[in-house]
Amino acid sequence: MSTATTEHHDHHDDHGPAYGWKRWLFTTNHKDIGTLYLLFSLVMFFIGGGMALIIRAELWQPGLQIVDPLFFNSMTTMHALVMIFGVVMPAFVGLANWMIPMMIGGPDMALPRLNNWSFWIMPFAFLLLLSTLFMEGGGPAGGWTLYAPLSLQGGDSFAFVIFSIHFMGISSVMGSINIVATIFNMRAPGMTLMKMPLFVWTWLITAYLLIAVIPVLAGAVTMLLTDRYFGTSFFSAAGGGDPVMYQHIFWFFGHPEVYILILPAFGIMSSIIPTFARKPLFGYASMVYATASIAFLSFIVWAHHMFTVGMPLAGEMFFMFATMMISVPTGVKVFNWMATMWRGSMTFETPMLFAIGFLVMFTIGGLSGLMLAITPADIQYHDTYFVVAHFHYVLVPGAIYSIMAATYYWIPKWTGNMYDEKLGKIHFWISTIFLNVLFFPMHFVGLAGMPRRIPDYSLQFADWNMVASIGAFGFGFSQLIFAYVVIKCMKGGEKATDEVWEGADGLEWTVASPAPYHTFETPPTIK
Amino acid sequence: MSSPSTYYIPHDAKWPIIGSIALFLFFAGFAAFLNGGNSVVMLAGGALLIYMMFRWFGLVITESENGMYSKQVDTSFRMGMMWFIFSEVMFFAGFFGALFYARIFSGPWLSGIGEGGAAATNAVLWSNFEYMWPHNGPAELGGEYQVMGWLGLPLINTIILLISGVTVTIAHHAIKEGNHDKMVRWLLATVALGFLFVGLQCFEYYEAYAHLNLKLTTGIYGSTFFMLTGFHGFHVTMGAIILLVVMLRGRRKHFSATNHFAFEAAAWYWHFVDVVWLGLFIFVYII
Repeated sequence: MSTATTEHHDHHDDHGPAYGWKRWLFTTNHKDIGTLYLLFSLVMFFIGGGMALIIRAELWQPGLQIVDPLFFNSMTTMHALVMIFGVVMPAFVGLANWMIPMMIGGPDMALPRLNNWSFWIMPFAFLLLLSTLFMEGGGPAGGWTLYAPLSLQGGDSFAFVIFSIHFMGISSVMGSINIVATIFNMRAPGMTLMKMPLFVWTWLITAYLLIAVIPVLAGAVTMLLTDRYFGTSFFSAAGGGDPVMYQHIFWFFGHPEVYILILPAFGIMSSIIPTFARKPLFGYASMVYATASIAFLSFIVWAHHMFTVGMPLAGEMFFMFATMMISVPTGVKVFNWMATMWRGSMTFETPMLFAIGFLVMFTIGGLSGLMLAITPADIQYHDTYFVVAHFHYVLVPGAIYSIMAATYYWIPKWTGNMYDEKLGKIHFWISTIFLNVLFFPMHFVGLAGMPRRIPDYSLQFADWNMVASIGAFGFGFSQLIFAYVVIKCMKGGEKATDEVWEGADGLEWTVASPAPYHTFETPPTIK
Repeated sequence: MSSPSTYYIPHDAKWPIIGSIALFLFFAGFAAFLNGGNSVVMLAGGALLIYMMFRWFGLVITESENGMYSKQVDTSFRMGMMWFIFSEVMFFAGFFGALFYARIFSGPWLSGIGEGGAAATNAVLWSNFEYMWPHNGPAELGGEYQVMGWLGLPLINTIILLISGVTVTIAHHAIKEGNHDKMVRWLLATVALGFLFVGLQCFEYYEAYAHLNLKLTTGIYGSTFFMLTGFHGFHVTMGAIILLVVMLRGRRKHFSATNHFAFEAAAWYWHFVDVVWLGLFIFVYII
């Protein structure tokens, strides 16, 4: 690896940020782009959350009261698309942008212009997606998985949805390529692969997953498009295709996608827990290998989403056992985090609260996943609220909590100000209580047989649905505290020290707070 | 050409936002077009996208010619291209997956072979259907058709692409010796072979539509045949244009024996297109 030195080049005038809107539109700075991604994600979080509240308002009691069923279905569809592609993924990319160059001692991302494009695609892609809600026939309503033949029967919005997915895919692939190139090519001398912080490792592996599966999704939705508009028969049995084939191709993307939404979270946990336990991470190498194993296994488990479609028995068995194997490397991680905390000098600032919340509640989601992996049991659970409870437990106190933990953990480095610790803790406790009020009852109604994606339900599910809706509004509105804390911290507050956290380790804590516009133009020395 | 010692980080990137607007117009326009609208917005978006690429690549070429890129920047470009090609491979993998699935699973199941519920569709809907590849489904969508043989045009096209792989390698050796003229000559041959391939492919499509009644709508066979060869043909066209640009840059002596990443990236892309074709030739045409 060649290195940068202190010698300045004529073309490299070392200026700070430009002024006004031009700074944000034309920026190539990894910190600016990281901020843009994170703010975009925050805005989309409230849009996607608003959709969830419409769903929960309709489900407040049995019968149809607030929205018509088609709009309800487009809310469930859009809520998922917005939360996955518009909130969790951009937030992780934003964190990668901010942190990876600083963590590896590089001057910036490897391909700064491409970085700008990766971000500036997102608002346009979501404009395309969200505009479908205002079209004749409404937005997509066949579920975010866009299963054929149902999705093919949508209105005019169908083509817009497909193209918005292509559009986001371009952003994801470019962003991932940039992250791979950055990690391999921009490390400071001495920053060997096995010295990299785990956040960098998990993102490296996530980037590979993205490069491998986003194009497959692009292929799948292209086939939907041609089936609908050009008369191909990929998913039509009459022409010799098969609707189930769509599910196979989709979930070949979809399952690695699940890990795309959680691996960076594992990296965040592996940064935060050692800091507040004041101990080095337990089992660093095993964490790296566990992450790689999870990534590998994620490619051979996809059909566990399809146990009820009528696969041959051998297929059901293979996908069941392969899926259950994932709990081994995941267990390695959970136990490593626990071992890191064991006999540590623990303190419980907001990031650590969110990290521990993650650990406990993500594990609940992981264990219900293990139940769903068992084919004969899954046939009972399939498409019920039990599944909804499962993936919300891994995504909300999993992915979303990790993003919030990361925000509280690194925002002093980003803004130079400490956030409001008291409000942060209040945010954590209110969120955690309402989150469980919201999602835990879904296990019960699911096991009792309540199907998902339905605006109306039988009377026996009424009580727990009302409880869940109370939890939903409580959780939703408590996120305003988060937005307030973030904005307040951006505007000012108690000055943060360079190290910020007493037990923090890593290159990002060696630079000033707030981090200067350009960091590590001269590579640091790595012990 | 001296190499700078710091990593070049550009400022004020104006082309990405233009690219986003172009893609937005293209996608929104295309969707409107598919729903029965006109094609003006789509074409405007496409034109803007091409203009953006022309200017963005032009900027990068100028910067490269001015010696602003260090060895480390070069490595970033190489990694970018490598993983971009890998993503393209995965795009084709999706379509190959569809082909294999249709041939190994859907077809036999539709004819009643297989366990579980596989036989039901056959028994209830199409009890006369017997599976053999190729087919256009139990409903015989698109009507009577003839299969595209592999002897003739496809074989000639295979030979053309294989020869183009050789010519591009000769050109590579030429630039490694610093011989621009020889490189340009052999690249010209490669580009010509590339466009010849595309021309013959168009002729093959014409034959399929005019004489074989083999269309995109000819069931699963027509779908996989035209989508796989079509996307491949599009990539050949792109690859040939990339090589053409490299050739024109070669005429302006942009490259040196040690510094010619653009050439290598184009060559990698060309080999990728070549390998995909071999997969197509075997699994779409022969077997």
